[in-house]
Amino acid sequence: MTTESTPVSRRLSDVKHIVLVLSGKGGVGKSSVAAQLALSLYDSSPTAKVGILDVDLTGPSIPRMLGLDGHGVHQSSTGWVPVYADGSDARLACMSVGFLLKHKGDSVVWRGPKKNAMIRQFLSDVRWGELDYLVVDTPPGTSDEHLSLIEHLAPIHSRISAVVVSTPQAVALLDVMKCLSFTKTVNVPVLGLVENMSGYVCPCCGEITNIFSTGGGEELARREEIPFLGSLPVDSELVTLLDAAESSETPDPESTSFGILHRYKKTRTYPLFQEIVRKAMEGVSVPVSE
Amino acid sequence: MIAVQRPPADVPEDAPEHCPGTESELAGKADACAGCANQEICASSTPKGPDPALPFIRQRMSTVKRKILVLSGKGGVGKSTFTAQLAWAFASDENAQTGIMDVDICGPSIPTIFGISEEKVHTSSTGWSPVYVQDNLGVMSVAFMLPSSKNAVMWRGPKKNGLISQFLKDVDWGDLDWLIVDTPPGTSDEHLSIVQYLKESGIDGAVLITTPQEVALQDVRREIDFCRKVGIPILGLVENMSGFVCPSCKNESQIFIPSTGGAKRLAQETGIELLGAVPLDPRIGKSADYGFNFLQEFPDSPATKAYLDIIERIQTILEQ
Repeated sequence: MTTESTPVSRRLSDVKHIVLVLSGKGGVGKSSVAAQLALSLYDSSPTAKVGILDVDLTGPSIPRMLGLDGHGVHQSSTGWVPVYADGSDARLACMSVGFLLKHKGDSVVWRGPKKNAMIRQFLSDVRWGELDYLVVDTPPGTSDEHLSLIEHLAPIHSRISAVVVSTPQAVALLDVMKCLSFTKTVNVPVLGLVENMSGYVCPCCGEITNIFSTGGGEELARREEIPFLGSLPVDSELVTLLDAAESSETPDPESTSFGILHRYKKTRTYPLFQEIVRKAMEGVSVPVSE
Repeated sequence: MIAVQRPPADVPEDAPEHCPGTESELAGKADACAGCANQEICASSTPKGPDPALPFIRQRMSTVKRKILVLSGKGGVGKSTFTAQLAWAFASDENAQTGIMDVDICGPSIPTIFGISEEKVHTSSTGWSPVYVQDNLGVMSVAFMLPSSKNAVMWRGPKKNGLISQFLKDVDWGDLDWLIVDTPPGTSDEHLSIVQYLKESGIDGAVLITTPQEVALQDVRREIDFCRKVGIPILGLVENMSGFVCPSCKNESQIFIPSTGGAKRLAQETGIELLGAVPLDPRIGKSADYGFNFLQEFPDSPATKAYLDIIERIQTILEQ
């Protein structure tokens, strides 16, 4: 592994852990898991500093999910200032191509080399500062964005790990296999697999329906010998929260946490997700030495 | 060296000042190119001018009557599932020849949905033969070329573009009434390539798939913007996973709540036709996993009716 110093490694020198959220398949909830992971890690300690980087360049969802739609990035003498989801506390830094677009309907029609350049800038030109965790939300597939990330992060490869997200049906699991083959090839340790959209509880009669079948993720994790972190049912409440998230400017006065985190803690998914975070973080608890 | 007097025609809109133009001798080498994100591409020795594959593609595509793209900015909204239903419906007419081209290179799902994921491509003197699901339904996907379905296809853009051009020029599609192209999520290499390669032969239209929540609609708005930029006619929008009928109490509930009015609002805002909304039926996903023809297996499902209405509408639009 190369240990040479690059603009990326210098910029990320105070970032302790980098967690990639991966899935071969689209629409399985990568961004939702990434957002929840960032929120949970943020909440894990009153001093935790967390960053979330959205490298899904042609379909950024993180700004919407954290209620940061319409925010812009500022330029400072030391680099781009990320958007802080928690306002003045400045412990949850977000960066996404969504913050750079003039209109939310603008398409980013870029081929690989341009995407590669953008990712390099996100890593080397953003003033991330000191972070306990940098959560990276990725687009579906195993292509330019993923290769670029791994390439640019090569000098600090030892700090990278990955969480893989899937839905239970065979079509999605097939893509997850490809994703696992990718992590093996690039030598990134997998913290575990999250099975998302595992069952839906009818709000009317309470009957659980497996809209996308169930158990496939757990089975796959066992076969591939990676930790199974847990399964999350479809939670309409959470979908609504992440979808319609309002700007966090008016936090609940009774709580120190900002609006979205406060409401997230009331969802049914929250306790389930804490268990997932706990299991996942067992994998990164080893202190990193430079 | 004489300075360029007026900007050449091939200067991209977002190019730095004094860009010599992408076709210029100086491309990638002029002072203005320093720091440009695309400098490497311009400076590389890739031959300028039209892609040499274009005439072959035009020839191959001359026997294809209609070409439809299935697009969505968002992943996992049901592009491949819709492509499959569309193909099954077209192929139910024995006299119509249908082809499916799966250009989702990193995550091909079409072979699984048709239950043909173990098949391999055969080469003949006329090119690669598509894999036939039934006599009049041929499929081409990268999955037929991989040694194992477990292997990741870790390709950057240019390699993906190469394969797409081969899918268009080297596959023995034969006479087709319909060619349906299933795309990966996003607006990147695969999309640009397919549009570029089919520019001369013409694309009849694109069907955009979405789910009701704003996070998905945002991406679909970007896709609409993309279609308008590159000049692909949009046939209409399909809202997938729209409502769920509980198999136990038969009440309908919204899994993905349309917090901003769903596809209906988007259709109104953008002036695009809403072709229909397909409710979520767990049997759709099951059929896809096991390679069944959902429309035929479950004719009583409300989703089947919705699919058929949408497909009929697409046929009507295209036959006008």
